[in-house]
Amino acid sequence: MQLTNRSKVVTQPEMTWVEKLYLPAIFSGLQITIKHLFRKKATLKYPEVQKAFAPVYRGMHVLKRDEQGRENCTACGLCAVSCPAEAITMDAAERKKGEEHLYREEKYAAKYEINMLRCIYCGLCEEACPKDAIYLTDRIVPSEYTRGEFVFGKDMLVEKIEERVDISKRQKNYTI
Amino acid sequence: MAKVTIDGRTIEVPDGTTILQAARMIGPEVAPPTMCYYSKLKTSGGYCRTCLVEVTKGSEKDPRPMPKLVASCRTNVMDGMEVGNVTSPKVTEARKGVVEFLLLNHPLDCPICDQAGECHLQDLSYEHGSSKTRTDFERRTFEKIDIGEKIQLHMTRCILCYRCVKVANQITDGRVHGVINRGDHSEISTYVQQAVDNDFSGNVIDVCPVGALTDKTFRFKSRVWFTKPVNAHRNCEKCSGKVNLWYKGEEVLRVTGRKDQWGEVEEFICNTCRFDKKNTSDWTVEGPTAVNRHSVISANHYEVFKQPTEFKLNVVKPLSIEEGEQA
Repeated sequence: MQLTNRSKVVTQPEMTWVEKLYLPAIFSGLQITIKHLFRKKATLKYPEVQKAFAPVYRGMHVLKRDEQGRENCTACGLCAVSCPAEAITMDAAERKKGEEHLYREEKYAAKYEINMLRCIYCGLCEEACPKDAIYLTDRIVPSEYTRGEFVFGKDMLVEKIEERVDISKRQKNYTI
Repeated sequence: MAKVTIDGRTIEVPDGTTILQAARMIGPEVAPPTMCYYSKLKTSGGYCRTCLVEVTKGSEKDPRPMPKLVASCRTNVMDGMEVGNVTSPKVTEARKGVVEFLLLNHPLDCPICDQAGECHLQDLSYEHGSSKTRTDFERRTFEKIDIGEKIQLHMTRCILCYRCVKVANQITDGRVHGVINRGDHSEISTYVQQAVDNDFSGNVIDVCPVGALTDKTFRFKSRVWFTKPVNAHRNCEKCSGKVNLWYKGEEVLRVTGRKDQWGEVEEFICNTCRFDKKNTSDWTVEGPTAVNRHSVISANHYEVFKQPTEFKLNVVKPLSIEEGEQA
């Protein structure tokens, strides 16, 4: 049964004497191979050599601290409500006396979780944040074995006081 | 009866009606925003100036325009009056100024405030304000006053609308709550830090247009847009018992009075209903509260999802068994 009128009848004509030698075809193939040997390589030797990220690359999130090491996040919930994938959940708590050096404002996020499997790295949380607390960085999300491990809590997201995460590149790219 | 035209729409209202009430009778498109006026509270209104309107024609007998913008909540209509609200550039400009003044001392701590999402000042400044401030002075601060176990007072957020004072005067007996000091130094307080222990004192939370008076039992529990309101009622000896329950999952986080389209409670509820009955078993649930789909409270709620008919009928029409076998 003919389905379309675009089909062509293919014939296989008898090869000429030169073609039967196969050598011209082999050499023209080798020529292509040798040409590629001297070309610039398209791949990188990954762990040793790493490609530079674009400044707007959106990788793993970070919850920032201010200059004094206090957490910026106040659990306002704007990131969670703006998240199209509904990957963010949080619980708020009131800052107690004596915790002023830990949290910048009266309220803080007692629990802050991002489901990295749900996250689509759109960066809307970063855009919604009124407190400069959440940023997407050029870090790659580590691989895990089970789904549960991809729910990152504050232990994974809040930056360590001794090793700060640089997000100045992303701030420069802000356009309003 | 008086015939009044607001933004080109005419309505006939009884004598003694204010411009604001007439505008509300026409509809929300022409009703001026209010921060201090509350139709359920006598003598409320006249403080905040957000409801300013322009009267372009005084009346049929005296058609001269009124020389200045007038507060619509305190100005009665006259026959043949013509009023400009949203159509008047003067009013838009004046309202922008009013919002700037209201926000002069407001801390703008919406990310922390429990009222965020249902705050009238947020709505007002979003619709009528500018996004920048011009003041160089430090914002006013107060010493924190504890006014009891159930109600949280944040004096810095207060815009001095006096609604809560009117509630204390008119709904509760024996006022323990009022405004002290004058002018720029005015502040809401209970005398000698007395706890507000009247049965209806919780209504100050509902009438507060900003986050100055909030529910302490709901403090920092959840943002309002993560909670789901349902209508519920119970038999209560003290009040009507008609409330909104705010659910997060299975848990009732907050109980408030039901609010109408102007953001005013329909009936005041008692403190027992508001603070002590937080189990579903205490209530008869009537169904979900209708929330305006433009409100942030309806964000991420998909209860009114409607499948397009074309999709349903024509594209994925399931085959009957015989049709399936033939295919």
